[in-house]
Amino acid sequence: MKNEMTQTPLLQIDALEKRFALDHGFLETVKLRKGRIRREKREVHAVNGLTLDIKRGEALCIVGESGCGKSTVARLVAGLLNPSNGSITYDGKRIDTLTRREMLPYRRKMQMIFQNPYASLNPRMTIEQALTEPVKHHHPDLSAQGVRDKVVEVMRSVGVDPAWAPRYPHEFSGGQRQRIAIARALTVDPEFIIADEPISALDVSIQAQVLNLMLEAQVERGLTYLFITHDLSVVQHFGTRVAVLYLGTLCELSDTATLFANPKHPYTRALLSAVPKLDDQAPNHIRLRGEIPTPIDMPQGCPFRSRCTYANDRCAVERPVPAPQPDGSLVACHAVEEDRIETV
Amino acid sequence: MSNVESNLHSQTRWQKFRASNLGYSFLSNKVAMISMAVFVAIVVMAVFAPLIAPFDPYDPRQQDIMNSEMAPIWWAGPRDFTDPQFILGTDAQGRDLWSAILYGTRLSLMIGVCAVALQAFLGISIGLISGYVGGRTDSLLMRLADIQLSFSTLMVAIIFLAVTQALFGSEVFNRYAIFFLIAVIGVSEWPQYARTVRATVLAEKKKEYVDAAQVLGFGPIRIMVRHILPNSVSPIFVISTVQVANAIISEASLSFLGLGMPVSQPSLGSLISGGFEFIFSGSWWITTIPGVVLVVLVLVINLLGDWLRDVLNPKLYKG
Amino acid sequence: MSLLSVQGLTVKFAMRNNTVTALNDISFDIGQGERVGIVGESGAGKSITGFSILNLLSRPGYIAGGSIMFDGQDLTKLSDKQFRTIRGNRIAMIFQDPMVTLNPVLTIGQQMVEQLQAHRRVSRKDAEIIAVAKLREVYIPAPEERLKQYPHELSGGMRQRIVIAIALLLDPQLIIADEPTTALDVTIQADIMELLLELCESNNVSLILITHDLGVVSQMTQRMLVMYAGRIIETGGTREIINDPQHPYTQGLINALPQQTLPGEKLRQIPGNMPALSAIPPGCPFHPRCGYAVPTCRTVRPELRRHGGSDVACIEVERLHGTTPHKVDYA
Repeated sequence: MKNEMTQTPLLQIDALEKRFALDHGFLETVKLRKGRIRREKREVHAVNGLTLDIKRGEALCIVGESGCGKSTVARLVAGLLNPSNGSITYDGKRIDTLTRREMLPYRRKMQMIFQNPYASLNPRMTIEQALTEPVKHHHPDLSAQGVRDKVVEVMRSVGVDPAWAPRYPHEFSGGQRQRIAIARALTVDPEFIIADEPISALDVSIQAQVLNLMLEAQVERGLTYLFITHDLSVVQHFGTRVAVLYLGTLCELSDTATLFANPKHPYTRALLSAVPKLDDQAPNHIRLRGEIPTPIDMPQGCPFRSRCTYANDRCAVERPVPAPQPDGSLVACHAVEEDRIETV
Repeated sequence: MSNVESNLHSQTRWQKFRASNLGYSFLSNKVAMISMAVFVAIVVMAVFAPLIAPFDPYDPRQQDIMNSEMAPIWWAGPRDFTDPQFILGTDAQGRDLWSAILYGTRLSLMIGVCAVALQAFLGISIGLISGYVGGRTDSLLMRLADIQLSFSTLMVAIIFLAVTQALFGSEVFNRYAIFFLIAVIGVSEWPQYARTVRATVLAEKKKEYVDAAQVLGFGPIRIMVRHILPNSVSPIFVISTVQVANAIISEASLSFLGLGMPVSQPSLGSLISGGFEFIFSGSWWITTIPGVVLVVLVLVINLLGDWLRDVLNPKLYKG
Repeated sequence: MSLLSVQGLTVKFAMRNNTVTALNDISFDIGQGERVGIVGESGAGKSITGFSILNLLSRPGYIAGGSIMFDGQDLTKLSDKQFRTIRGNRIAMIFQDPMVTLNPVLTIGQQMVEQLQAHRRVSRKDAEIIAVAKLREVYIPAPEERLKQYPHELSGGMRQRIVIAIALLLDPQLIIADEPTTALDVTIQADIMELLLELCESNNVSLILITHDLGVVSQMTQRMLVMYAGRIIETGGTREIINDPQHPYTQGLINALPQQTLPGEKLRQIPGNMPALSAIPPGCPFHPRCGYAVPTCRTVRPELRRHGGSDVACIEVERLHGTTPHKVDYA
């Protein structure tokens, strides 16, 4: 345990920013405003200065509601998007500026599992083709038998009968497809897996199967996870640490147990209380007021202040920075810092 | 579970076809079945023309000017001659019309298919690159397509063929007419493919399997060809049918205008054109019979295309 | 007397070369003001139950048997014209996607007024006054201005509130809500659910809540039905079922939730998948996945009977309380 703490993080995200242009091309940027023609470029601020470390062997969960930029973070780390600002460092080497060819060795170490198992498998490829292709691509010198052995091995390890290899994805159920998608990620023997809402499209009984599979793989293969989800009950079970995101900024980052025992940020508290529990007799959640601001024009100050009951004048002007707390968590909130929130 | 499995494997191809959506809709659609039968019959006859045809229309020695303008055998007008050798009669050079139509259909089909293959090659490559790369490349290629589409196919073809005919002289032109025709019809219609392919690529590109392929480190060409292209085949298939029909019509029109196949190498178009001047002198069959063949051929291809479009459009078969 | 009484409802789908049974002999009652949850995974038939009550089944689905008595009328025997006086008027439906209900090219006001005028003789002005009142009831700020807005100008949570306002417009006796918050964020979901509960209670409206989320059912309903492969396999009081589920599937469903396991431990998963409607196994449909299954489960179809706090369709229910499941080899 101690050894883990002193290690350099496997992945470092530093001041990461991503903006998407809303107006493409010159003509769209020209607008009529109050009788005058102006050039105006609107942007969606998906991720705003996010700093995170992922330690080797842990499962870091990113939680947040739709539009909080959690999927964008996953895609940035996976190299599917280029950051507008900031850096991503993998094992001491900056990877966000690499070309596709330079990135290739990292592709073997870093894989991704997607949300929708109905879209993440190529419908025109058999399971065998889908699993063989990455093995051959990354190990061109492997013999045909070696490739076949590898495919059989990963299929077994995710609980899919290798005899089903000649079939097409549409012949499988959602849970089985997600297993196959996990198998495809495992074909290259990665050490780090980005999972973007891997169970949210699945039924409850199947969710448990896939989560168990991912936990098993973590133990057997020593995987590190970046797990994106909106479902807090999954986080409690799966995550080592949790990062709560709101409008692309970090609200709270702490150990899972700490977060669930003692949530500090007002948003984390609201989020936790909103999860319906089996022993609830009636809805009993912290009501958030106001509307969610759009990430197009980011409010000044704290992004959460429009819905926060503790917001004051300082929150309107000064953006809170994540500050370490006595129990080791990081919280970005003026109210917490000023001790204005009563403890639970 | 195991029961279902063994069933799957013991099925023959035919059973699989019957069970598939395509097969089911084909077998329950009379128009599609009849069109397919007629189309296959025409294609088989055209392909085996040298075996079926009693005469070789390319061989001048088999033509006798004395046999010219013979009527079809069932048509015995007061001033018409018939000869049981010539089932559909003969044309003005004494060529057997039945043989000429078989060879002509063969040539027309060949030009149509080759021209469409060229269109498809150009259009699919450009469409894939345009859709996948996006940005400025996309804008540039699509504006090129717009420009190409703003000239009508026939206009481009007429200008091109007239210029080449004048440039090379009609003897050289006639010898290579088939290549000129394929090239001009192929080049002038590629935007149809490019636009369709680009649209499907844009839709497919957003799907997660493309992201997965990128994360696995595959290169852009591999992703385009191995992953996206196979998922875009349905619309390509549908437009191909329509385009073959269009190309056959274009070829016929150009030949009719004297810019296509020479009379010595009859295509359906040049047969129609060659007989046109005799239509008022009573020899209607020289132009009409190839005309009917052309209409039937184009019609069945279009009917098959309509049927395919309905089957392959997922929005239609859900309801 | 119950408001809605479904008896032996069977729904089939005529496929290309065979007919599949999507709902198999479903019976339940709902009293005035009662809230009932229908729980199950995708393919269990819970949405089809909601659709068949409102006669919204589209080809190739059809009601093959049974009756749906609503306030003394058999809904399965009504003509389309007669049904129009019921649907949207006395029974309202809330869908998962608010854009199914809202027409994107009409303003909120136009849609609400149209809905009112279709069922009531009211002037445009009066209709607008009712609409504003209903919008206020679902806590929509500045309702007069919302009437002039188009659906796309509103957030997802706001849209679903408006859908609820439209559902309440004609003071229905029954609301069928099909996964009303699945597309929404948890904080919004909590607000909407609370609102729905409050409105049902204050107006004495009955609610059928179709959902896969046991937590939501626990918060919202008094009774629940658990469906599996087109059948009701357990029904009873919500609290009783959640505290002491009788059917192995219900137990599995509850135990599979991450909150039922200590962090870091393996989740208690149910092996296998829900069968496709075309391949529902004979006997008990759950037997291939069941840890308690005995040979008779493969042949005998269990009927609902009382055990513990609920009615349960399991022939082995007495035995399984007190024994441990064997391991299932699920191919």
